[in-house]
Amino acid sequence: MMSHWIAAPVLLPAIMGALIVLLMRNDLLLQRVFSLVASFALLAVSLALLIAASTEAPEVYRLGDWPAPFGIVLVLDRLSAMMVLLTAVLAVCVLLYTIGTNWDARGRHFHALFQFQLMGICGAFLTGDAFNLFVFFEVLLIASYGLMIHAGGKDRLRAGVQYVAFNLVGSSLFLFALAAIYSITGTLNIADLAVKAAALSEGDAALFRVAAVMLMMVFAIKGALVPLQFWLPGTYSNAPGPVAALFAVMTKIGAYSVIRFGVLVLPPSHPITGTLIADLMLPAALLTLIIGALGILGATTLSRLAAFAAVASMGTAFIAISAFTPASISAALYYIVHSTLAGAALFLIVDLVVDRRAHDSLRDALPPIAQAGLISALFMVSAIATAGMPPLSGFIGKLLVLDALRDSAALIWSVILVTSLIMIVGFARAGSTLFWKAHASAPEGDAPHHPAQALAFVAVGLLLAGLVGLTVLAGPVIDWIEGTSAGLFDTSAYINANQLPEVK
Amino acid sequence: MSLALIAALPFLGALLPGLMIRAGKNACALVTGSVTALALLMLGLNAPAVLRGEVVQTRIEWIPSLGLNANFFLDGLGLLFAGLILGIGLLIILYARFYLAKSDPMGQFYTYLMLFQGAMVGIVLSDNILLLLVFWELTSLSSFLLIGYWKHLPEGRQGARMALTVTGGGGLAMIAGMLILGNIAGSYDLSVILQNKEAIQASDWYLPALILILLGCFTKSAQFPFHFWLPHAMAAPTPVSAYLHSATMVKAGLFLMARMWPVLSGTPEWFYIVATTGLITMVMAAKIALFKDDLKALLAFSTVSHLGLITMLLGFGTAEAATVAVFHIINHATFKAALFMSAGIVDHEAHTRDLKRLGGLRTLMPITFTIVTIASLSMAGIPPLNGFLSKELMLEEAAHTAWMANPWLIGVLATIGALFSVAYSFRFIAHAFLGPVRSDYPAKPHDPGFGLWAAPALLACLVILIGLFPMLTAAWLVNAAASAVTGAPVAVKITHWHGLYAPALWMSLAAIGGGLMALGLHPRLMALWTATPRPEAKRIFDGLMEPFATLAGRIANGLHDGALTRYIAIGTLAIAAVCYYAFDTGTHAIGTRDLMPVPPVPALGWLSLVLATLAIVIFHRNRLLTLVLVGIVGLMVSVGFAYFSAPDLALTQISVEVATIILMLLALNFLPKATPVESAPLRRTWDGAIAVIAGVGIAALAYALMTRDPAFQAISDFHITNSKPGGGGTNIVNVILVDFRGYDTFGEIIVLGIAALVIFALTEALLRAGPANDRLLAWKPDQRRAGDRHPMMLVVATRVILPIALMVGFFIFLRGHNEPGGGFIAGLIVAIALVMQYMASGFAWTAARQKVDYHALIACGVLIAAATGIGAWFNGLPFLTSAFGYFTIWPLEEFELATALLFDIGVFLTVLGAVMLALASLSRIGLRAGETVNTQPFDIDPSEGRTLNSEEAR
Repeated sequence: MMSHWIAAPVLLPAIMGALIVLLMRNDLLLQRVFSLVASFALLAVSLALLIAASTEAPEVYRLGDWPAPFGIVLVLDRLSAMMVLLTAVLAVCVLLYTIGTNWDARGRHFHALFQFQLMGICGAFLTGDAFNLFVFFEVLLIASYGLMIHAGGKDRLRAGVQYVAFNLVGSSLFLFALAAIYSITGTLNIADLAVKAAALSEGDAALFRVAAVMLMMVFAIKGALVPLQFWLPGTYSNAPGPVAALFAVMTKIGAYSVIRFGVLVLPPSHPITGTLIADLMLPAALLTLIIGALGILGATTLSRLAAFAAVASMGTAFIAISAFTPASISAALYYIVHSTLAGAALFLIVDLVVDRRAHDSLRDALPPIAQAGLISALFMVSAIATAGMPPLSGFIGKLLVLDALRDSAALIWSVILVTSLIMIVGFARAGSTLFWKAHASAPEGDAPHHPAQALAFVAVGLLLAGLVGLTVLAGPVIDWIEGTSAGLFDTSAYINANQLPEVK
Repeated sequence: MSLALIAALPFLGALLPGLMIRAGKNACALVTGSVTALALLMLGLNAPAVLRGEVVQTRIEWIPSLGLNANFFLDGLGLLFAGLILGIGLLIILYARFYLAKSDPMGQFYTYLMLFQGAMVGIVLSDNILLLLVFWELTSLSSFLLIGYWKHLPEGRQGARMALTVTGGGGLAMIAGMLILGNIAGSYDLSVILQNKEAIQASDWYLPALILILLGCFTKSAQFPFHFWLPHAMAAPTPVSAYLHSATMVKAGLFLMARMWPVLSGTPEWFYIVATTGLITMVMAAKIALFKDDLKALLAFSTVSHLGLITMLLGFGTAEAATVAVFHIINHATFKAALFMSAGIVDHEAHTRDLKRLGGLRTLMPITFTIVTIASLSMAGIPPLNGFLSKELMLEEAAHTAWMANPWLIGVLATIGALFSVAYSFRFIAHAFLGPVRSDYPAKPHDPGFGLWAAPALLACLVILIGLFPMLTAAWLVNAAASAVTGAPVAVKITHWHGLYAPALWMSLAAIGGGLMALGLHPRLMALWTATPRPEAKRIFDGLMEPFATLAGRIANGLHDGALTRYIAIGTLAIAAVCYYAFDTGTHAIGTRDLMPVPPVPALGWLSLVLATLAIVIFHRNRLLTLVLVGIVGLMVSVGFAYFSAPDLALTQISVEVATIILMLLALNFLPKATPVESAPLRRTWDGAIAVIAGVGIAALAYALMTRDPAFQAISDFHITNSKPGGGGTNIVNVILVDFRGYDTFGEIIVLGIAALVIFALTEALLRAGPANDRLLAWKPDQRRAGDRHPMMLVVATRVILPIALMVGFFIFLRGHNEPGGGFIAGLIVAIALVMQYMASGFAWTAARQKVDYHALIACGVLIAAATGIGAWFNGLPFLTSAFGYFTIWPLEEFELATALLFDIGVFLTVLGAVMLALASLSRIGLRAGETVNTQPFDIDPSEGRTLNSEEAR
């Protein structure tokens, strides 16, 4: 059955974004209401899609009714449904926070850009076409740039330029990669690519390998894999808090794409690329984790600490991905869900703190902030989650990763565990400076004042509740994810869904 | 369920104190205590079964696929520890109620304490080693909060971090160890692992697993060389020290060694690592304890020493030694907790715990003195107290154990340890309580209220009772626990008198005699101690941590310092290197396509392209010139498209060029006209080399790709075949854009729309009060302005061109489906035509005469495109499915109408709106920078010879 609902996660925010621009651009309240309604609708739709995808084989939606590989198709499988749902959950929380803290009033067009950003993210997760993926990368890049420089300011604009410049390198590389792939295989549909790439002749090997690594490096830029991670710390630490929180899912698009192409088109069993991708990815991922952990320990500001935590989480995710086994991909997927929620929560909490402090530095202690008790508790919880300490999902995710990679335990386990310690120390130092040392320098007298912002705390609470849910329900969640991973490795299901014509 | 509930109760109870503190301190303590008491009661209900030798189990599935399940079991060892944790926990809650000052947030304290309690109970009840790890790290986290409870004290913060670093780190090592262990045994359930001794000890992974697990145990139980964190954790409030750092948390490591004893012990590795570490720790810490003046520091090192003692006993690997270890765990918990609480009382009342400032408290604090005396004598191993019993047994075991075939080494060292133990125990009594009453106490000491001394007094009673009637009071528990540790039934016989021939008697006497002598010589020994240099643990720890943190910051922040050129240089080099590697390691067949001939005219075009590009590199500091050169490049690219039979691309490219160059020229108006020199020549050469590498690489790739045929029939053949019959248009490029891949176009027009919105939002941000706005307000044109900025000739010409341009746009739009053209190009053409009007008479003048909101244009464009696509749903077809038909209306010829045309209108509007919104945004900047608003379409009316637009009009 062809269900138009598959296109809804793209069309809904696109239309809502346009409507906001057309009808509501001068009224913030209207924008808030409809942006929120659209996000909740997206949540409902993506939940329905997830339920549908859980029980059925991958489903293809042929845009323009053109058959694959000639037209563009959307493919709904468990993986894409999961990522879209994750995006929707994050969107609702981030939006609540934004409204609760009035961030959306600090510049123009926040809600329109937010909706377009959601459109870009959902589009990237749903598409079954490599060139269309490029288009949606562009949508989310330009929208994220707009969100990133929301409210302006010198540092933010400068970081924004760096973000766009580095990612335009990625866009160019993406075009080169697509041109090379199309030139070699004559197709852009991902399923068709999987079929044809496996049947390439020996003489095409070298060029196809180049195309493959180019494509993967595009995703590595999005996923902030060393040495292509440079854009991330500056961008995330200078972006408005809620935007940085939304960006928690942007790096995951890189990881998602690596999984999608790495399992379907360029598996380690591929006659031409073989373990080329995996071999290059593992050391890079280990370095990413190390750099992220060092950054957490050596962070000069709280925002940078959160940004490096994002780098570290991508390192862990890519370590798991690089093995390309069903178990390692399940571990990666669980960790991706966890780290998206945890990373977003951390950025929101950082924003709560920074908003209440005169400056963002971790070097000097400042007097206690308003609502310090609650915020410090939230910080502790998110730090535990981010560093992968028990009992939250970060620990389970890390255990899954360790368990899935037991074959090369000595190196990988040492890196993961030692960096965990570095992260714990980093978070402990930061937290103790922020929330404890403050009391040593506290002037007696007036308690600091700040509006309560209940909605903002609700948003953070929801994200953390998500982590708790992910922990308590880890059994069923992991079962489901293992099913997803198994489905991914059963590549024929995805390919058959595309109903490709017989190769002559 | 009941075991899980026992572990869960303290966690649930942790929620209460924070709330109940509103009802007062007593209510808060009472509620907290009741929760613990309830858990203790539930434990007690399970006790009879355990004492009968049964194992109580609760199994809850959590993550079966990982083997991490909420499985709990209660055997003798678990019962002993859970009883200690909950029982002493109850006393601590009572004690803390009266210990904490008015200003201390008590609710918080009890919350942390309950979290800790839950974690500890969890450890000792876990039947799953992964679950145990969860609780294990939770104790590190909750103790972090407890040690740092007095937030304002730097020692508290540093001590908390040090404890977390050491114990948390050990816990991480243990994760690896446990995973290995689980891998060998095939299950993470303790009940399974404990049955697999042979398999585990035979495995190659035994030693790594052992070391990693022991790292966790040793760090937690403060064994040498990880003992240093414990004394610093004493910055915590005394109830915390008494609970965590003597009775419970530090015993977690011992618990785990005891728990794993059946599978890990009995090997030489186990013996030499565990027993040796324990022995060293015992002797070394006992010696240090003797020289500590701070009561809590003395007790802290004494604790380390006793933990070493128990570790050593477990390390011996014999059932007898393990039994003694279990017995000493009980005894140590009773007397040490009592001593810590007493030290807290002294501190509380005398406001100091420095032995140098104390003395003579015997008469001032008789109750405390009695408690301390009983507990200290027990610690010293003086009969008939419980400490004596277990110490005798320990010495007996030590005397019978050989180390590297040396039969007396352990015995002698153990005696020396006991000697120090006697010395510091007596020193506690003598230097704090005996001697003359002083007049210079910081506060007038007196015995505290009943609430504060009740708990230690109760423990002191236990010390005596166990000491006098060990078989009645403790043997059953020791038996149950020791049976669980050793895996075989144990029936212990504890007596005070082992006969004259027992070596322990003489060792004990030597220890007591030597200890008293050491105390007598204490001033001299102290002088010697102060004179000898020794490593200061905190300084070493900080000396390692601080430089490491600094280094970490240097690396991470140095790499990410905002130097975009370096970022891109490294990224580009990495990409190039990886691509080269990928190419080099694959086989490559040279392409077979023939090269096309190069006629002179195209060669000239190519040459100008290359020259213009090179000129950009050379003259890029002159921004205006650069824009002109970019224009040339764009033009040549368009010509190239046309030459290679891509008229649509050529048209698009050229109109894009015109629109963007105009916008960039307008923007350049407000920018410096020259790029400053920012890098040294060497750097530029280096960057140039990287650029050349990347460029050559891409050129080589393009060459290789274009000189070969695709491996498979490309999908474009389908497009060529189906363009007319399926898409209704003969211009395949356009049909691809609006039909085959209309979805891509849908995305791309949104990109364009977003870009315009971002430009608008960015402009708004610049124009708000702030430095950028100030600069604009103070802006002085840096170039001479034209005398006639809106010349009449230009105005007239553009007016004439406008209808023609609009007609061309309309024509290009309509023909798009079959001939080169389409909505995108038409949008740009119309935009350029409009832009010319604005240029001719100024933006504001023109905008006042055609009131279209460009936001609306963009939004309508996107909505029309979306609506066209959605329209297909009503025919039951997917998004963007096109329909077309042929119609004849007299007198026209037959013509085609396609829904794709509607879609193209959406494209047209979005493109137009986006360009115009960008222009509008730039003009807003201009207005803020002092641009005048025209009142007339042109500045100078030649017929009247006067200026129409005055400069002042704003």
